[in-house]
Amino acid sequence: MLRLDQVVIEQDGFRLTADWAVPAGAKVAVIGPSGAGKSTLLSVIAGFLEPVAGHVTWQGRDLAGVAPGARPLSVLFQDQNLFPHLTVEQNLSLGLRPDLRLSAAEKQKVAQAMERVGLAGMGARKPAQLSGGQMGRAALARALLRARPMLLLDEPFAALGPALKAEMLELVAQVARESGASVLMVTHDPRDAQAFADLTVLVADGVAQAPVPTAAMFADPPAALRDYLG
Amino acid sequence: MARSAVSITGFGVAALVVALTLLPLGAVFLRAGGWPAFGPGDWQAVVFTLQQALLSAIISCGLAVPVARALARRRFWGRRALIVLMGAPFVLPVIVAVLGLVAVFGRAGVVNDALALGGWAPWSIYGAQGVVLAHVFLNLPLAVRMVLLGWQSIPAERLRLGESLGFGPRQVFLHLEGPMLRAVLPGAFVVIFVICLTSFAVALTLGGGPKATTVELAIYQAVRFDFDLGRAGLLAAVQFCLCLSAAGVAWALVRPTPFGAGVDRAMAMNAPGGWRLWGDGLAIGGAALFLLVPLAAVGLRGVPGLAELPGSVWAALGRSLGIALLSMGCAVLAALALSVAVARGVRWAGALDAVALLPLATSGLVLGVGLFVIVQPFVAPARMALAVTIAVNAAMSLPFVYRLLLPEAQAVLADYGRLAQSLGLRGWALWRFLILPRLARPLGFGAGLSAALSMGDLGVIALFAGDRGATLPLVVQRLMGAYRMEQAMGAALLLVAASFALFWAFDAWGRRYAST
Repeated sequence: MLRLDQVVIEQDGFRLTADWAVPAGAKVAVIGPSGAGKSTLLSVIAGFLEPVAGHVTWQGRDLAGVAPGARPLSVLFQDQNLFPHLTVEQNLSLGLRPDLRLSAAEKQKVAQAMERVGLAGMGARKPAQLSGGQMGRAALARALLRARPMLLLDEPFAALGPALKAEMLELVAQVARESGASVLMVTHDPRDAQAFADLTVLVADGVAQAPVPTAAMFADPPAALRDYLG
Repeated sequence: MARSAVSITGFGVAALVVALTLLPLGAVFLRAGGWPAFGPGDWQAVVFTLQQALLSAIISCGLAVPVARALARRRFWGRRALIVLMGAPFVLPVIVAVLGLVAVFGRAGVVNDALALGGWAPWSIYGAQGVVLAHVFLNLPLAVRMVLLGWQSIPAERLRLGESLGFGPRQVFLHLEGPMLRAVLPGAFVVIFVICLTSFAVALTLGGGPKATTVELAIYQAVRFDFDLGRAGLLAAVQFCLCLSAAGVAWALVRPTPFGAGVDRAMAMNAPGGWRLWGDGLAIGGAALFLLVPLAAVGLRGVPGLAELPGSVWAALGRSLGIALLSMGCAVLAALALSVAVARGVRWAGALDAVALLPLATSGLVLGVGLFVIVQPFVAPARMALAVTIAVNAAMSLPFVYRLLLPEAQAVLADYGRLAQSLGLRGWALWRFLILPRLARPLGFGAGLSAALSMGDLGVIALFAGDRGATLPLVVQRLMGAYRMEQAMGAALLLVAASFALFWAFDAWGRRYAST
């Protein structure tokens, strides 16, 4: 279980507080107006930014000082999820061994992951030779290989069209279900939240509110969400 | 590599650079003989140094404006090649340019043949006029490139707006080109002024005598001929102050041109006909002749000279290649350590940035005199010639390589820093799989530039080298001084081929590595 224990985030005069937990295996959307601090919240959980007060804990263990790569999570960014000068296979292999010295068994796992997301036979390509959807699949396959218990998504697939995006979110949901990982996804699109997430965190007015069931949130939106939805 | 390791390496390198730059300066100031030793001849050297730099910068910039305008608005066969050629003098060894100019403008050159035919008095390339001629030859291309970039930075929308308002060439100049030139020319002027202030090889070969001795040449003479280290130290101190003030002015005046802007962006620029067409043709043709004929002369007269090269030339070639590769290695490693440390935003990154540019505020010869003063009590300077040359060349090319790498390093870390962090990419793997591949292109270009610069450099080595242990540029200069012109041309051809081959090899390597 991920717990934000009276966390206070400050950055350039901006302040955000959060005090709640995400149950294991949950799919959570983080929504709110732009500039409210959704991505900043994700940065703190991922370890790119330290909170000025409070603790981020995983299964009771404080994550303070733990480097992003060593945290029990994988991150999918909005774009730039792949190194353009490495092949798809190398990009995926980084998920298992950052020094790229893979054993035969590990290479087998990489091939399986590529197959799982529908990229079989594309291992030798460079990211520039992939479509936007295929790049998303490759990044997901790497998250699959890393097999961390939590997946953070920062406005992923924003550059994709609606149909392709829905397809990718479905793939994320499948991957999460198979590995039992919990998912935290920042999005500015309420439809993503409704289609994907059991729980929704609303970030507005300097507070990241505790997650509530998505259906209930949209059935009776709080004032801040009503303003945002317009 | 962890942030702390990057920081430690960065500061270690910075400490080395500071020591290499400031210790010689300290030695120079300590050894300086004091004002009474500063004779009228020395004042004359200071005045001449400033005069020739001023004149060279004014003429280069003045000629660059019509040439750049013609290149900007005309399309013709060979235009691209001509623009590329404008970048070549940066890696062209100065001594080769001087030889080419002597072949064309010297006593036996075509220009004096023509003058004699017309019954005019011969024109001598030796003296102040020759120094200025060579400086214009070397810096006109730089000025043209800077002004051309200015022309190409005028947005096409403005030009279209001007056209829709019925602007003629006069109005275009008044409202568009004039303001652009006011922004670009001061920077070009001051950069060329600084280059001419510290240029040594031109003064050594074409200058001399009471009327055409620069401060750098006076330093050299004080060390080599009078062995008056006190006076050399004093002159070096004066030269350092000149450089520092000029570099300060340059730093304040030079506007960074937006990075990544193409040199050859297609642009709809009105090409007026009539006398302006002829004027543009004259500007382009004149510039091309002025720049190409001396180089062609070296090529033509150098080929027969190749056959009769003395054996010392081949030894010097090997020595120069060794110096070029070693100083390039030092400069590239130092620039890499500093730029990555600054890009990662380590503590005191601003200080590291300043240190990387510190060598710009001095000249190779001043550093050389300082090192000479330091080592001379312990070993014969000739024995240290190669080591000192490597160190000084590395220091002098560090700012260029650093400037090339820094924006790319910043872009890599901004684009992929978080991804690398989230995957736990650290240490050697971070360099091997992220930083080095992403920086391959500027690394190759910077390495080529650095190697070519130190291959062609004729500076400190002239202070230190004995009869043996000369580098190839020094051998060319000595052959030229002995009026063995055929051999000098042959050796110059070898030198220019080696410089461009080094530049091309590293640049091509970087581009190939980056594209795979």
